[in-house]
Amino acid sequence: MEIDVKFFASLRERMGRTSDKVTLEGEATVSDVWGQVSSEPMPGNILVAVNKEYTDLSQVLKNGDEVAFFPPVTGG
Amino acid sequence: MKVVVQHEALDPYKEIKHHEDTVLESGKHGGVVSFVGTMRDFNDGEDVSAMNLDHYPGMTEKHIEAVCQEAMDGWDVMDVLVVHRVGDMYPSDPIVLVAVWSAHRASAFDACRYVINYLKERAPFWKCEVTTEGKKHWVEHNSKDPGVAESREKSA
Repeated sequence: MEIDVKFFASLRERMGRTSDKVTLEGEATVSDVWGQVSSEPMPGNILVAVNKEYTDLSQVLKNGDEVAFFPPVTGG
Repeated sequence: MKVVVQHEALDPYKEIKHHEDTVLESGKHGGVVSFVGTMRDFNDGEDVSAMNLDHYPGMTEKHIEAVCQEAMDGWDVMDVLVVHRVGDMYPSDPIVLVAVWSAHRASAFDACRYVINYLKERAPFWKCEVTTEGKKHWVEHNSKDPGVAESREKSA
């Protein structure tokens, strides 16, 4: 399956890109996506969203999902 | 209920007036409570000269709308308006407006506080500040309102 990946704010700068596309075989989770985009463990403060809803690394994905990784939010 | 995320400069008082003139039924509300967040020229002991506010288009609006809906469901309020800036801004610029109309003041105060607190906690925005010395840094976390955890329960 194909997954669209997005990075925001300081994480986008650390990753050196705003987005990515990964292809995964079989049942896959958000954690597998992180494993494809980075060789390092995900920093503990990073938040995860799938299709614009907050979730965690264990969420199982389906083809075409949009997965976003970003640091704690600081709006308002 | 209206939620706007915009690059354009924000005039909160004009927004309140415009909303009252175009959306609300005249004479029905007993008051409006508003919170206007503005940019400071200091943070963590450093002088700040500019800021860029980043967001996640689609997710940001969705989560502000969810918080506004919770406020509409949780208190006896007539309408909620949120306008939030993104992009480049400077000290004293308004960043966010939360306005809540109701028949009576108590629910408007409580709902307004709920919306700004949970917007800050959940809506994906990120502040990147530039200091007067030209250093750029991402703000790591928002300061917490001590009432954030229980503001909804207290008034329920």
